[in-house]
Amino acid sequence: MSTVTLIDPTMTATREIEFRDALREAMSQEMRRDPRVFLLGEEVAQYNGAYKVSKGMLDEFGPRRIIDTPISESGFAGMAIGAAMMGLRPIVEFMSWSFSLVAADPILNNAPKMLYMSGGQFGCPIVFRGNDGAGGQLGSTHSWCVEGLYSNVPGLKMAIPSCPEDAKGLMTTAIRDDDPVFFLESERMLGMKGHVPEGDYLIPFGQAKVRREGTDCTLVSFGRPVNFCLDAAAELAKEGISCEVLDMRTIRPLDIDSIVRSVRKTNYCVVVDQSWSFGSPGSEVASQVHQHCFDDLDNFVHRVHSADVPTPYAFNLEQEYLPNARRICEAVRSCLYRA
Amino acid sequence: MPITNALTTTIERVSILDEHGNFDEKLGKGLIPDADLLKLYETMVTCRMMDEVAFKLQRSGRMGTYPQNMGQEANSLGAAYALNNDDWLVTCYRENCGLMWRGVPIDSILLHWMGDERGNAMPRPHHATPIAVPIGTQMLHATGLAWAAKYRGEKRISCTFFGDGATSEGDFHEACNFAANLDIPVIFFCQNNFWAISVPGRIQCSAPTVAQRGIAYGMPCLQVDGNDLFAVVYGMRKAIEHARTTGKPYFIEGVTYRLGDHTTADDARRYRDQAEVDAWKARDPITRLRTYMTKKGIWSDAKDAALREAAEASCMATIERCEQVEPPVRGDVFNYTFADLPADLVTQRETGHTHSLGQDPSQLPSASNAR
Ligand SMILES: Cc1ncc(C[n+]2csc(CCOP(=O)(O)OP(=O)(O)O)c2C)c(N)n1
Ligand SMILES: [Mg+2]
Repeated sequence: MSTVTLIDPTMTATREIEFRDALREAMSQEMRRDPRVFLLGEEVAQYNGAYKVSKGMLDEFGPRRIIDTPISESGFAGMAIGAAMMGLRPIVEFMSWSFSLVAADPILNNAPKMLYMSGGQFGCPIVFRGNDGAGGQLGSTHSWCVEGLYSNVPGLKMAIPSCPEDAKGLMTTAIRDDDPVFFLESERMLGMKGHVPEGDYLIPFGQAKVRREGTDCTLVSFGRPVNFCLDAAAELAKEGISCEVLDMRTIRPLDIDSIVRSVRKTNYCVVVDQSWSFGSPGSEVASQVHQHCFDDLDNFVHRVHSADVPTPYAFNLEQEYLPNARRICEAVRSCLYRA
Repeated sequence: MPITNALTTTIERVSILDEHGNFDEKLGKGLIPDADLLKLYETMVTCRMMDEVAFKLQRSGRMGTYPQNMGQEANSLGAAYALNNDDWLVTCYRENCGLMWRGVPIDSILLHWMGDERGNAMPRPHHATPIAVPIGTQMLHATGLAWAAKYRGEKRISCTFFGDGATSEGDFHEACNFAANLDIPVIFFCQNNFWAISVPGRIQCSAPTVAQRGIAYGMPCLQVDGNDLFAVVYGMRKAIEHARTTGKPYFIEGVTYRLGDHTTADDARRYRDQAEVDAWKARDPITRLRTYMTKKGIWSDAKDAALREAAEASCMATIERCEQVEPPVRGDVFNYTFADLPADLVTQRETGHTHSLGQDPSQLPSASNAR
């Protein structure tokens, strides 16, 4: 569990809550506001969610709107799409995004194409959400980072928050969005605390946030690794390297303008993405930066990814496999010719 | 007569040694020779001990998330006992007892759950497949394994295990349909323990038995008392006979109960009544067998105490051996991922750097942990 607590100077909120509470608050506020919104998935009701994200929601909203499903990912994802076509706004929880793979056809082949293939008739206002990435020694079939695979598909939006405040604001936006939104959480961050405003607020999709200002190198990331970038930036500051940390918040749409603005200032760019390197959000960012900042760059864009192998089960190997602050520092030094 | 009866069917339920110690001589006589029974009992006790030791270890941070088998031992054990050793045993994660009967070393099982894939490297002659975490996938593999045996003209069959919850997955239905329609000798063994983590059975299957799901696919099916080793062996023999002679599948539902938590990451007290758990404790497969063997004069309290002591010592020794095993090295993940590692991954294997992508490998720090 990350111990990083983010305090955003622009926020007036003094209340600190956990990431999981922030998610629940967004869902509950939206459910109070809009009777079309409901939540379904394995263990979400009676058990309060396998990771306690939906704690208390059954008590408040009842079994009509907080629905325990059989272990049938393909079934409930597909049926939720049908409900969305009828104008309801389902939130579908996958216990882990790893298990969404058995629902690949509905989530990739139906939801993102429904509006297009029905000639604009049937929209698909649906949120698919759950834990993404290595949860800590869960083995390779249970540790998927699906952003690499899924962000390749047109017709969907993808939000990956890195802190509780964003989790709430992005979730609210996701639920109100008229298109399918893939919302990627991290088991390792659910207990992370941060300042979160009480009322409802929206964080627009496609707007990156500068988490730390700097002048020597731009660090681009999203989701949990943003926190490793902040740790790395603090470490590198001691060596006199000033990093700017950009949190993309959504990778579909991707706020390339903010990245370009920062790289024009720093002339160096390192992308940190915990999915595999081949055909990944990281390689897309690198490609676009090379295109837009060709004359501004003093080195090629460096990338830190998970190693190109299945997630190891062994503790020592999993640590080494994932991006971490040490590996980010090495990449920055190497990019800045200080290795 | 415009309306006639298209199908009338019944589901048989087999119980031989019940929880009160009643033994059905007609079905049970000669089913398991005493010498075998003693060995089977020993395996069950060792498996139970392994659960207890693993649980304690997990609580003290020496073991990862572990799913206990407690209460369900008779199902996989009876199956492994009745099958030939070269039949496929395709399990999910609650079949340690059957795997142990097959001769899979406890070292392998525990090493795996301690976070080491090398524990999953079941020695080949055991004809068992690794732990299947994505629910339901292994049933299709079992069907494919038996299909391949048929293709190669071998007499082997396969037996696959899954929970009641797994019967909600599409994979289950596709495996059954495939096996039944293409004549593939698979035994589908559902361990119905009434719970899928916190979700009660009625959310997965609202029919009165899980067994009858087989009927829809045209398979014979049977319900057995899954806490009664004799009933499991009886049912398995019937299923094996059917699979071997007709080349077709068979469905068995073992009615059982997990006495522990779903895994060490769960706390079942939050959703189950203690009264329900207590009722099932009284039907414990191990206690039942022990009473039976004692009554029969082939077992005693003294022998039992000695067995438990030996089982505990052997589990502890296993743990110590597993903890001495050197952690796997980086090179392993690369070497085991491909039969033939592509050249572009060699640099990553040597350096562990993904930011070396596109960079001259000669400029990188030399490999420290690669093999
Ligand atoms: C495809 C998939 N979905 C969800 C899970 C999470 N999960 C692990 S075990 C389990 C319950 C399985 O219940 P059951 O099949 O009855 O087996 P039991 O654990 O009771 O033996 C669930 C939902 C998973 N591992 N894979
Ligand atoms: Mg079950």
